Amino acid sequence: MTRSLFIFFTVFTASLCTSCSHKRDSALLPKPTALGAAIVESSGGKQTAQAGTLLPQPLVVQVNDEQGNGVSGALVQFAGAAGVTFDPPNGLSDSSGQVTTNVSVGGEAGRYQIVATTFDKSHKKIELKVEEIALGYQQTLGRTLADQYCQRCHNPESTAERVSNYDNLEIKPHAFTEGDTYNKISDTDLAAVISHGGPALNKSALMPAWGNTISKSDIQALISYIRSVSDPPSRDAGPLFAKN
Amino acid sequence: MNAKLSTLWQSLFGNSVRAFGVVSVVFLCSLAIAPAKNHFSEWRHYQHGYLKMIRNRSEANTLQRHFQGGIQQIWLPDLGVVDRCTSCHVGLNEASLTDVATQPFRKHPVIPHKLDEFGCVICHRGQGAATTVAEAHNSTLAWEQPILPARYIESSCGECHRGALPGTPVLNEGRRLLARYGCVNCHTVKLADGTTMKATDDPPSLSHIADKTTREWIYAWLKDPQAYAATATMPNFKLSDDDARDMSAFLIANSTPVAGDSIALPAKPSSDPAAGTSLYGESFCASCHAVQNAAGNLVGGNVGPELTRVGNKVKPEWLSAWLRNPRTYDPGTAMPHYRFNDAQVATLSAFLQAKTDSDLLANVHLEAATPEQIAHGKRLVSDYGCASCHEIAGIKKPENFAPELSRIGSKPITQLLFLPGMPHTLPDYISGKIKQPRAFSPGLKMPQYTFTPGQVDALTTALLSLNDRSTTLPPSLTVPAVPESNYQPAGKAGKLMSDLACFSCHRINGHGGDMAPDLTWEGSSVQRAWLVSFLKNPGTLRPALIRRMPRFNLTDEETSELTDYMITVYQNPVIDRDSIPLSGYSAGEIELGRQLFYGKYSCQGCHILDSKNDKGYVGPTLTQVGSRLTAAWMYQWLKNPQSLRPGTIEPNRAMSDEDAQAITAFLMSQKGSTKKEVAKK
Ligand code: HEC
Repeated sequence: MTRSLFIFFTVFTASLCTSCSHKRDSALLPKPTALGAAIVESSGGKQTAQAGTLLPQPLVVQVNDEQGNGVSGALVQFAGAAGVTFDPPNGLSDSSGQVTTNVSVGGEAGRYQIVATTFDKSHKKIELKVEEIALGYQQTLGRTLADQYCQRCHNPESTAERVSNYDNLEIKPHAFTEGDTYNKISDTDLAAVISHGGPALNKSALMPAWGNTISKSDIQALISYIRSVSDPPSRDAGPLFAKN
Repeated sequence: MNAKLSTLWQSLFGNSVRAFGVVSVVFLCSLAIAPAKNHFSEWRHYQHGYLKMIRNRSEANTLQRHFQGGIQQIWLPDLGVVDRCTSCHVGLNEASLTDVATQPFRKHPVIPHKLDEFGCVICHRGQGAATTVAEAHNSTLAWEQPILPARYIESSCGECHRGALPGTPVLNEGRRLLARYGCVNCHTVKLADGTTMKATDDPPSLSHIADKTTREWIYAWLKDPQAYAATATMPNFKLSDDDARDMSAFLIANSTPVAGDSIALPAKPSSDPAAGTSLYGESFCASCHAVQNAAGNLVGGNVGPELTRVGNKVKPEWLSAWLRNPRTYDPGTAMPHYRFNDAQVATLSAFLQAKTDSDLLANVHLEAATPEQIAHGKRLVSDYGCASCHEIAGIKKPENFAPELSRIGSKPITQLLFLPGMPHTLPDYISGKIKQPRAFSPGLKMPQYTFTPGQVDALTTALLSLNDRSTTLPPSLTVPAVPESNYQPAGKAGKLMSDLACFSCHRINGHGGDMAPDLTWEGSSVQRAWLVSFLKNPGTLRPALIRRMPRFNLTDEETSELTDYMITVYQNPVIDRDSIPLSGYSAGEIELGRQLFYGKYSCQGCHILDSKNDKGYVGPTLTQVGSRLTAAWMYQWLKNPQSLRPGTIEPNRAMSDEDAQAITAFLMSQKGSTKKEVAKK
């Protein structure tokens, strides 16, 4: 009994504390020393991460004046749908006008809209919206498989560990993010071209057949991944989580 | 007042009929509490909401048919699962409900397991038997396991799956870090299969350290390892100046010399200033060692230590001896014995010694150590558990130096001390401990690591997977990891292979690194003459690779020793090397193979065969493959590459026997022009 009282008490005080700290958060916003005219993304939009985890790169936004030069000392606040967290959730822009935050996407797969806000000289809100992508289990598996088997040909960019083969191909494949191409191909056709190779869709044999190498469920995972990262989004890209 | 009460009493219980009536009413009311509670319960509210939601959907009828009201339960006695989550999470199994924005109605995302076979709490934690939101999701008296945040969800996969899975990158990374950063050197982690987790960081012995480096360097390193090398896995112990002074004094005083680990070279470095750079490049040191370039980026591998400031660290005489034969100083090192000649050693040594940072030791001025300082240093070295990781003469490896972590993922919250402002959950506690271990109490010895936030999450995930269930699960329900074998080749060739550290990069029979090709079946796959010339002068078969096989300057005798061993011992039982001829194919067959190669199978997408026209970078170059591979291997490879090298990305094209024969004929006709090209490639 005393134990339950104790637990109740801790939970109660904890919830009190969290509700207080919410209030404190807004009370403790840093004081801006400048106001901007526009807010733009410097880097960190359109990244993918597993649901609930940190994006690989921080989100960097920049507050500019009318001439497009960075404004230092402007307050930027970040917000997203439930589950999205920011570290830090707000900040003053640095000497080049930039504010950097580490973003964790929400716990459910889908696209998350993130809103960065600052105020202009007339104290009107100006907003920047960026989208980030959260991958579920199946899409994460698909990403691993795509990195292993496909990206060397399909991704034109090289990394230190993986030199792209894209430029060496006579007929160019599409990057999996190219929604304009992929959204027009049905799931069945995608499965067919992956399993049986390019000729299955009257495409080049430079696209090999993977049906004897990659299992059916893994091919489904690849398709699910392709759907989740396509831009513009595919109909199966998962729900869009926006604030409110 | 009293009078009023007594009239009330009178009017209620004045006679027995009245009393009976009142008591009956009270009794009835109390009977109604339970049904009323049931009626107003949360799950009923959610089920109403669900029915309302599906009414507007096109597939309403199907959904309606699937719907079952009342409390739902998944009961799995084997796993100890009694989950009623589906009472509110009604649509978890409904294929069409993937687009629902309001929870708790969305379909569960695709996972490799069926909900009916595993339930919910096995992965998500929480209290499965509860029927209210708060009790199911949050910590309560009876239940120490609130819902696990999605960030750490892969930890649950790790309870049963002991090896790496393609769908759990975070868990895999966390486990790798636990081993790589030596966490398990101090913290014992016993696994359910009875083994103990092993570190992979290979910290050096400190018993002979005075031969290798100076006390000043040790001091600077102890104070801040990452200032010397950003990639250092050694953590920062936040030592005071005096403590670092005394520990460095002890380590130097305690060090004993090793015969032959320091030499004065008879040769001078090459006068060509570029010679060092090119020898470093030709020897492919960068396959294992990283160096920071002018832009501050690390270039190179991480098998060996970073060399950006190595000139600040090593003594010239030691470096010369090390480059000549590293096994003199450290018999177990992952570094190959290159067999450089003296001039090469001198050149390379001078090149490395020039890699210095003038700031690193500029402010380190140490007076000669006193016996008290040395004694104090010794005490500190054992207090901080240095011998948990490093071999140090005269100091025993401490047992159970730090708390065992085999079940850390089930630690009750009541046993934890939290920092002010920290949420009271186990994951927050674990990640807090990793982030700032010393903040929890000033006397703690756990050092400070420099992990990124993502690495902290990965480590926390791996630690959460070490819990009561993972330790007590019956073996029949677990998926074991593929154990690393301790294969060692025998005889003279085996000695030679250890000397050349082949296993640092190559894997054979389940033992060794994964940087370079698996050599388990090398004897079936290559032609003897090619292997001899490759060992003498390795080129690369993959133009796009940064990491390459170095040249070891082997003698003819060593080369043939190795070749004979590999050709005879590393034979695949299914392949008869000599069953298919190496040459003598008809022009027609070769032409057919050529057409299949460039047409139906379009191999040129990944392989270069005609170096003028083909550009593919993914697979090895095939310009002279007819002089390299055996025809029997090639045929079997074309038929089923994964049967020879599980996991290879070469697709299995399910070729007919005829197609495979024709392509084999065509490839075998690619002999390459001259010997020289074999070497260069
Ligand atoms: C050897 C290089 C290569 C690899 C590896 C490769 N592809 Fe392709 N792929 C191609 C080429 C080339 C095309 C374009 C064919 C055309 O347009 O005629 C293509 C086309 C496709 C298409 C049709 C849409 C498009 O981009 O034109 C899909 C879908 C596809 N590939 C999926 C995959 C998947 C999934 C994998 C990994 C399992 C993979 N590919 C691996 C070369 C490759």
